[in-house]
Amino acid sequence: MIQLENVTKTYPKASRPSLDDVSVGIEKGEFVFFIGPSGSGKSTIIKLLLHEVTPTRGKVVVNTKDVTSMRSWKIPHFRRSIGCVFQDFRLLPNRTAYENVAFALEVIGKTKAVARRVVPEVLELVGLGGKEHRYPHELSGGEQQRVAVARAFVNRPLILLADEPTGNLDPDTSIEIMRLLDRINRTGTTVVMVTHDSNIVNQMRRRVIEIESGSIVRDQARGVYG
Amino acid sequence: MRLKYVLNEVLVGLWRNVTMTIAMIITMSVSLTMLGASVLLYMQVDQMKNYYYGEIEVSIFLRTDVTDAQRQAIDQAISSSSLVASKSYETRAQALARFQELWKDQPDFVKSIGPNSLPESFRVKLKDPEQYKTFADQIQSMQGIQDIIDQRALLDKVFKIFNAIQVMALVVAGVMALAALLLVGNTIQVAAYSKRREVAVMKLVGASNWFIQAPFVLEAVVAGLIGAILGFVALFAGKLVLLDHRLQALTTILTPIHNSNVWLMLPLLAGVGAVVSAVTAWVTLRFYLKV
Repeated sequence: MIQLENVTKTYPKASRPSLDDVSVGIEKGEFVFFIGPSGSGKSTIIKLLLHEVTPTRGKVVVNTKDVTSMRSWKIPHFRRSIGCVFQDFRLLPNRTAYENVAFALEVIGKTKAVARRVVPEVLELVGLGGKEHRYPHELSGGEQQRVAVARAFVNRPLILLADEPTGNLDPDTSIEIMRLLDRINRTGTTVVMVTHDSNIVNQMRRRVIEIESGSIVRDQARGVYG
Repeated sequence: MRLKYVLNEVLVGLWRNVTMTIAMIITMSVSLTMLGASVLLYMQVDQMKNYYYGEIEVSIFLRTDVTDAQRQAIDQAISSSSLVASKSYETRAQALARFQELWKDQPDFVKSIGPNSLPESFRVKLKDPEQYKTFADQIQSMQGIQDIIDQRALLDKVFKIFNAIQVMALVVAGVMALAALLLVGNTIQVAAYSKRREVAVMKLVGASNWFIQAPFVLEAVVAGLIGAILGFVALFAGKLVLLDHRLQALTTILTPIHNSNVWLMLPLLAGVGAVVSAVTAWVTLRFYLKV
C-alpha cells in the first residue's frame, strides 16, 4: 500500500537530510506508528505521502501509484484516496461540524444530496451524533478532532494519515481518539500515525517505526515506545 | 451546485474588500478608456489617410515670366510621367476666382491681391501620393517652375499630431494598466489570505486546482469586465461631448468617427480587461497558493 524506496529528502539550505536513504513498506490494513524526537524527519514522511514535498532521491509509491513522478495536475485526485488528521484539527471556524465535513465533499464535486446522506452517518460513526450543528468553538478539543477524523474519513480513503493527532489533547481524550482510529483501521483503512506520545504507543501495541536523525533505527511488529 | 458555490464566492469576495475592488475597477476602466481612445485614434488616422490621400494634389506653380514653350515642356513632362494619375491646369484668372471665393468674407484681403499676383499652376494627382519625392525630382529642374508644393506634407503634420496624441494615450493606458495589474494582484492576495483556511482544507481533501482558483480568477474577471464597461461608457461619453459638441469645429477636418467603430471598442475593451485580469489573478495565485 505504501512503499518508500531509498528515499532521501534534503530541504533547501538544510545542512543534513531530513530523511536519509529510508526504505520501508506498509501493507494494506496495517496500523503503523512513526515515532522519534522532534526534527527526526517523521513529519517529512507524511508530507512525502501527500506529495506536499518531493524526495530528493528515491521513490515513493502510494496505492500502487508512483508519487515521485506524478504530474502536478493529478495530485488533487490522488489526495482524495488519502485522509488526513492534524494536531491543530484544521477545521473551518465559521462552519458547523456538519458543514465542515460536507465542505470536504462538496469541493471535490459531490452533490448536496450525497452530503445529506453520508455526513450524518460518519458523524455518528465518530461519536458526534446530535452535535452536527455545533461550531468548532462550541466543541471540546476531542470533539473537534472527531470532526477532523470524520472529515478525513468521509470519503472512505484507503489510507488515513495522522500527524500528532493527540498532540493537543489530554490523555483520556487521546485514548478516545485512538479508539476511533483503531475502529477506522478495522474497516480495512491503512492508518499511518506520527506521534511522540509514548503512552498511546505502549497501549496500542502496533507496529512501531522509530526514526532518528533521518534514519530508521527500529521497526518492530508489536512495539512499545521504548 | 458547484457553479452556485463559485458564483457566490465571487460576489462575497468582491464585496469583502469593496474599497480595493473599486480602486481596481477605476484604474482598470481609465486604462481601458485610454486604450480604446488610442485604438480609435489609430483607426481614425488610417481612415483620414485613405480619405485625404485620395484628394490631395501636388501643385506646380509656374513663374510669372514663364514662356509658352516652357509651359508646354512642363505639361509634356507631367503627362508623360508614369506616376501621374490625372492633371489639371489653372490659369491666373481661375486662381484669382478661386481665391476670391475662398476669402469672400474678408474683402480687404481680397482687394489687396491684384489680378496678376497669383501664379498659374498645374494640379497633379499622383497614383501613389507616397511617390511625391520621385515625381518632384523628375520635374524640379525644369525651367519656368516657381515652386512645387505637396499637400501631403501639410497633412502629415496633422497626422503627426494625431500620432503624438495616440502615443500619449497609449502611454497613459500602459501606466494605468500597470497600476491596475498591481491592484488586481494585491486584491487577489488579500482574497486568498482571507480564505487561507478554506484553501488549505480544499488542497488537503483533494479539490481540483481549477476549483480552488476559479473563484479568485472570476473575481478578477468580473472586476475587469465592470472596468471595461465603465471604460467604454467613458469613451462613448467622451466622443459625444468632445467631438460632437465642444470640438465640433475640428470635425470639418476630421473625418467623422462612426459610432459603429466606437461600439467595436466594447468587445475589445471587455476582452482585454477580462483576459488581463484573469492572467494576473492566475499568476498571482500560482505564486501565492502554490497549487
